[in-house]
Amino acid sequence: MEAGSAVERARSGDSDAFRLLIEQHSRAVFRLAFRMTGNEQDAEDVVQETFLRAYRQLDKYEARSSFSTWLYRIASNYSLDLIRMRKRHEDKRERGKAADERDILQTIPVNTPGPDRIAHSNQVQARVNEALKELSDQERTAFVLRHFEGLSIDEIGDALGTGTNATKHSIFRAVQKLRRSLEPLVSTAR
Amino acid sequence: MNHIGEEQLVLFYYGESGEGAAIESHLEECEACRNEFRSLQLVLNTVDSAPVPERGPEYGAQVWQRIEKRIGRRVKRSFVHWWMWAPAMAALVIGAFLAGRLSNRAQPGAGPATAAVSNQQIRERILMVAVGDHLERSQMVLAELSNAPEGKGKLDISDERQMAADLLDDNRLYRQTAASTGDKGVASVLDDLENVLMEIAHSPSEVSNQQLDDLRQQIQERGLLFKVRVLGSQARERESKPAAEKNKEGKKL
Repeated sequence: MEAGSAVERARSGDSDAFRLLIEQHSRAVFRLAFRMTGNEQDAEDVVQETFLRAYRQLDKYEARSSFSTWLYRIASNYSLDLIRMRKRHEDKRERGKAADERDILQTIPVNTPGPDRIAHSNQVQARVNEALKELSDQERTAFVLRHFEGLSIDEIGDALGTGTNATKHSIFRAVQKLRRSLEPLVSTAR
Repeated sequence: MNHIGEEQLVLFYYGESGEGAAIESHLEECEACRNEFRSLQLVLNTVDSAPVPERGPEYGAQVWQRIEKRIGRRVKRSFVHWWMWAPAMAALVIGAFLAGRLSNRAQPGAGPATAAVSNQQIRERILMVAVGDHLERSQMVLAELSNAPEGKGKLDISDERQMAADLLDDNRLYRQTAASTGDKGVASVLDDLENVLMEIAHSPSEVSNQQLDDLRQQIQERGLLFKVRVLGSQARERESKPAAEKNKEGKKL
């Protein structure tokens, strides 16, 4: 069944059609959510909430963008809500901690070459996650959609309602920040 | 051609540069730009190395199973704005409840049994709509505390505390309304919920791990999160069922 006709059928209340749309898109939404939140449980929540919201807002879907792009927009918005909520909790927790009890990740010197390759690889992954978290909401969303999901800059601008130029600049800033964070680390692996 | 700027290289990396061929040929000739591009590639390829847990082909069916029962509900309101409509909903419940009572009194001779059933249905339906949403908001507060990370410092729960205080007034109203309409099951869960909401509302803004554990224990001992979830989903089901069917079911909840 074509995605378009499945959407039409789901709109008219056919739950089997909506189930089909879930089967077609849920894994991609999970990957996006995981990259946005960096957390498996949060990603599961995002998937669930994305499809619930999509179902309830099917009338608002306009076929000018693809259904998957529309889902990505819902998923990235909800991911950002979740990230903000988590961040609020972490900030409060951090304020209560003594300075010497800060997250161990922040104490890892990024340019220290690890003697053990596995340890180094873990460190790289941890730094990548940290670096992604350091991006602003707008930068991270635009970057994840461009880099991991392969959406064009035009599509992202359309999905997020930010326009092509602003999206382009968000991606540039994201790449610059990632280079600043990761270049010292990856250069030790060469 | 001058050296290529970083922005052009980023667009080239993603295949979105309008000057792909020119950039490619420049990179073949210019070592500085080639090194710059390699460095960019290295970082962006490293970003790809962050692993993503895989989900199997059955994942869609699992997601469907989880949300199937919630499909068909009306559009969920934004959590951020719930406080804007909650008082209106509460007023609606009181209004419907009182209207039911008044109309029963005003029309004693005009089919009292029929009027009573009809008003009872209306009151019950409005109560279910309101309680369903109230439980959903309460569930968020309980889940927030149940899943709050433990650490060495104190945890600021001032937001949850404020939400619990706000929910408390509505909870009292719904509990009283449920008791008046004979919904003993609903009234009982709301009674348990009220005690826990009160504990949360009267907790300090910052709690230690011990205090957080005490709150969690209260939630767990009463099985409150589970009860609230079950009652919430029952309320949703009743809310979406036709009135006649609900009337047959009576007061199962």
